Amino acid sequence: MWNWFHRLASPRDFFRIAGYWIPWLGSLALLLIIAGLYLGLFVAPPDYQQGESYRIIFIHVPSAWMSLFVYIVMAISGAIGLIWRIKLAHVMSICSAPIGASFTFLALATGSLWGKPMWGAWWVWDARLTSELLLLFLYLGVIALYHAFEERRTAERAAAVLAIVGAVNIPIIHYSVEWWNTLHQGPTVSKLDAPSIDANMLIPLLLMSLAFMIFYKALLLFRARYEILHRQQRSQWVTQYIKTL
Amino acid sequence: MFATIFKRELMLVYRRRSEWVHPLAFFVIVVSLFPLGLTPGPQTLKLIAPGIIWVSALLASLLSLEHLFRSDYEDGALEQFVLLPYPLAAVGLAKVLAHWCVTGLSLCIASPMLGIALNLPSDSLKVLMLSLLLGTFSLSLIGAIGAALTVGLGRGGVLIALLILPLYVPVLIFGAGAVDLSAHGLDASGQLYFLAALLILALTLAPFAIAAAIKVSLE
Repeated sequence: MWNWFHRLASPRDFFRIAGYWIPWLGSLALLLIIAGLYLGLFVAPPDYQQGESYRIIFIHVPSAWMSLFVYIVMAISGAIGLIWRIKLAHVMSICSAPIGASFTFLALATGSLWGKPMWGAWWVWDARLTSELLLLFLYLGVIALYHAFEERRTAERAAAVLAIVGAVNIPIIHYSVEWWNTLHQGPTVSKLDAPSIDANMLIPLLLMSLAFMIFYKALLLFRARYEILHRQQRSQWVTQYIKTL
Repeated sequence: MFATIFKRELMLVYRRRSEWVHPLAFFVIVVSLFPLGLTPGPQTLKLIAPGIIWVSALLASLLSLEHLFRSDYEDGALEQFVLLPYPLAAVGLAKVLAHWCVTGLSLCIASPMLGIALNLPSDSLKVLMLSLLLGTFSLSLIGAIGAALTVGLGRGGVLIALLILPLYVPVLIFGAGAVDLSAHGLDASGQLYFLAALLILALTLAPFAIAAAIKVSLE
């Protein structure tokens, strides 16, 4: 098993295995998105209070979950890269950053579209919105720091340190803004034993979350493959690979 | 060793007077710009004073951080610090402590004057000073991580703000919150305890992050 693990960490083998996985993950994500959207937009009943406009949660909630998940992946793989000096971990960390930033932006944008009819304002300085906005800034900081360095090795290590510092800070930021101000509705899904949400709404929501998760993985592998090609452009296997195209 | 580095830093900061005079002047000027921009009455002024003073102190502390490791990086002293048979985290802590003793404390001492100018009740001036005392040290510790990460780059200015400002938010919330509560005649001790807790957390974790960041920058 360790042998397999070591092989996966070599860029060349990773490139091959990732190339094999991407079409499968991509089509699975597409299928799940179609199923989730169909169930969410056509099958799920309208909310008794929010009417039809609640349906944006099928995009909003999964992207908000993913925005946190991707940050954790970014910080942990950055830490793995720093501690064990695995190049591939840094590739994963760096490639996650723009994806996570996009999920965060999507969560903010859909939330603001939903907020206009519900709260009567595009933006309110509510705790969750603010911590999501700060999360976006943290992502942008990591991306900006990475691109500021000429030397790639320094850049990826600096970005990893910042990602870890940010990961320590996220819970503090979250709770400090929570106590500061809150208007956002409480969580409805995390109460697992008895979710206060109808099953017809819960199933598409979970489907969409799964779809977003798989979509992220496909996208991450996709970006990581390009990053590896770019980094290894002088090595022989890349030259050979380019010739076969 | 800690004391030696601390004394050296203190002397260096004191001799390069612009390093602490500029942020202080920046702090005073920014605070005094707000009433000019808003033309508020005394009541509104009292409402917005905690936020204005705290945000200005935060920006001033950010401004002062850029020089924290710069000259040591340029003359090679930072490399010597890394080579010392002494934990780099402690060296970083000594530098931040010395830096804060000059910049943070000067902001703290200047703040009651600005509080009075912004019509804060005299009872809350004590809370303002205390919150800045606890808060600016946390800001210096957190900001030093960003300063250490960007020291190798020629143009750190805006980048360091982008990296560090999101991390400053908890300190800002509790600091301005404490002053705001006391300006309304309420007990601010809860918020001050939170500031103290944040400071202790920063004091325990930030030196290690600073050390890691210095090592990354020197590679």
